[in-house]
Amino acid sequence: MASRRLRILVAKPGLDGHDRGAKIIARALRDAGVEVIYTGLHQTPEMVAEAALQEDVDAVGLSILSGAHMTLFPAVIEELHKRGVGDVVVFGGGIIPPEDIAVLRQAGVRAIFTPGATTQEIVDWVRSSVRPRHA
Amino acid sequence: MADAKKTWIEAVYPKSADRLPAYTTISDMAVDPVYMPDDLDAWSYERSLGHPGTYPFTRGAYPSMYRGKLWTMRQFAGFGTAEDTNERFKFLLSQGQTGLSTAFDMPTLMGYDADHPRALGEVGREGVAVSSLADMEALFADIPLDKVTTSMTVNCSASILLAMYFAMAERRGIGLDRLGGTIQNDMLKEFIAQKEWISPPEPSVRIIVDMIEFCAQQAPRWHPVSISGYHIREAGSTAAQELAFTLADGIGYVQAAVQRGLDVDRFAPRLSFFFNLHSDFFEEIAKLRAARRMWATIMRERFGAKNQRSLQLRTHCQTAGCSLTAQQPLNNIVRVAIQALAGVLGGTQSLHTNSMDETLALPSEPAVLVALRTQQIIAEETGVTNIVDPLGGSYAVEALTDRLEREAFAYIKRIDELGGIVRAIELGYPQKEIAEAAYRYQQQLDRGDKVMVGVNKYQQEHEPPLELLHISQDVERKQAQRVRERKQARNSAAVRAALAAVKRAASEGNNLMPPIIDAVKHEVTVGEISDLFRSVFGVYRDPAWI
Repeated sequence: MASRRLRILVAKPGLDGHDRGAKIIARALRDAGVEVIYTGLHQTPEMVAEAALQEDVDAVGLSILSGAHMTLFPAVIEELHKRGVGDVVVFGGGIIPPEDIAVLRQAGVRAIFTPGATTQEIVDWVRSSVRPRHA
Repeated sequence: MADAKKTWIEAVYPKSADRLPAYTTISDMAVDPVYMPDDLDAWSYERSLGHPGTYPFTRGAYPSMYRGKLWTMRQFAGFGTAEDTNERFKFLLSQGQTGLSTAFDMPTLMGYDADHPRALGEVGREGVAVSSLADMEALFADIPLDKVTTSMTVNCSASILLAMYFAMAERRGIGLDRLGGTIQNDMLKEFIAQKEWISPPEPSVRIIVDMIEFCAQQAPRWHPVSISGYHIREAGSTAAQELAFTLADGIGYVQAAVQRGLDVDRFAPRLSFFFNLHSDFFEEIAKLRAARRMWATIMRERFGAKNQRSLQLRTHCQTAGCSLTAQQPLNNIVRVAIQALAGVLGGTQSLHTNSMDETLALPSEPAVLVALRTQQIIAEETGVTNIVDPLGGSYAVEALTDRLEREAFAYIKRIDELGGIVRAIELGYPQKEIAEAAYRYQQQLDRGDKVMVGVNKYQQEHEPPLELLHISQDVERKQAQRVRERKQARNSAAVRAALAAVKRAASEGNNLMPPIIDAVKHEVTVGEISDLFRSVFGVYRDPAWI
């Protein structure tokens, strides 16, 4: 049975303007056959969740290099829940110390990819861990 | 003679024994097995190099370089509250640093006060929180502004932060004409790479020209712009692109200032630059040498500058953040040392060396100390400072310098054809070139075609944890509270009048610096003036190209 293509929102929440990684991931996922929507920079958690809802995505990938990850990841998760799309998978990456990764996983972030992760690792993870939310 | 190299490579060089299928720089520039006199056929000492400190300055901006004066050791620092960073500043100065460099937090950089909803989670995390003059004064408490030079890395809110620095100096009885320092204030590269903006390119450039004009008249020792390639490279560009887009930005500013009616020789001497020091040793040295030669040529031939100091490219450099690894972070100390050495052999005027833990957090005290010591060891123990431009005349270095210059000029020509750098930015040209180069490099890393020790080769299963710098959640609460309290304590009539004056200057096209300096003296905040920019100049939105 054919399932529809995965839809993933790649987002840059907060004020952080470092988009090199986010753009590379977006492109790698797209090249791997995923439908990717890239939000661009400076998104509030509300804007990210709203886009996730409107675009009906299966997962949201957040890229945060500003140190604000402990606030922004949970905030996005909360905003997704508020909109009734709490089943959207949240993952991400950036400059995130190991001790924070554990806390974020507890808060519901499914995976965190830090510097050194290959695009293939991320694509493989998405393929194995993200399912289309609708048929 | 021209065939000697070709003959040798074909007849003698054992190509079949090569370890790798191709030899390229990290920027994918193919390099020859060896360089010979043939490679410098079109080259002449006088035309291509000149003596150190002489046009075209390839060998260095000054005749004696580090024999006369070492580069400024200027570690970029900032986190938490002004008091936290003031302590780090003093620590670094006590350890032998010779200049200050300020990292502000994202809200400050983006024009938001610590109590703004957009600042949530971000206060003090990527740099120091500064919302008003009181913060600036706390930041530089007990620091002799007339004896030490300060660099401030801030762009779209640069006018406000510079105004605060100037207001602070005035309050301490230090004339602006005695103040030395730099403010980054390079918006063109923001649209291209670092992506910290408030308003679109045109009004952003207008503000920069206001600051160039103001400084030329009132603060002639101050560098009102640091034309930057660092961030362009961090975003994933090649060395040639870094060189080209940086100089193209420089051309854009000179053009804008000249269009304003400023005499090029009055402001050009205080334009400064900021380049990246990436891992490919000779490529980086060649890049800096090419930069000096190119800028000298551009200033003389394109803009008719006559003052020798208008032709001299002087630069700060920082070792490449993007080359550091989260895996086996001690290795980063080695990377930084080699990159720093390239900067010194390339003739930098000022240097920041990264800390080994910066792929995980802001620098801890022990880590930044090693980074500073790296510079001191290079300066005191290696002997490289005893000879000016010691690599000058090397066939390889000169060939690479020529090559980078050629490639960079080709990009600049393309930008000219598009209608100049602002137009090129609107079209997304530099941004897309960079994204393309970044993606290509990532693919090379993923395939193992390019190696990152500890990441795709020589990995380690278990690594001991590092003691990282932590920013307490308290910082945000405290700072937001301060901002609220100060806003309450102000003379609101004076604040309103001051803001109105800034608005008038903004709308009527008068120099923004005097009214902003006046406003900050009344504790008008970064956020308030930035909001003014938003309303008068508009808000720029990320085109979000992938």
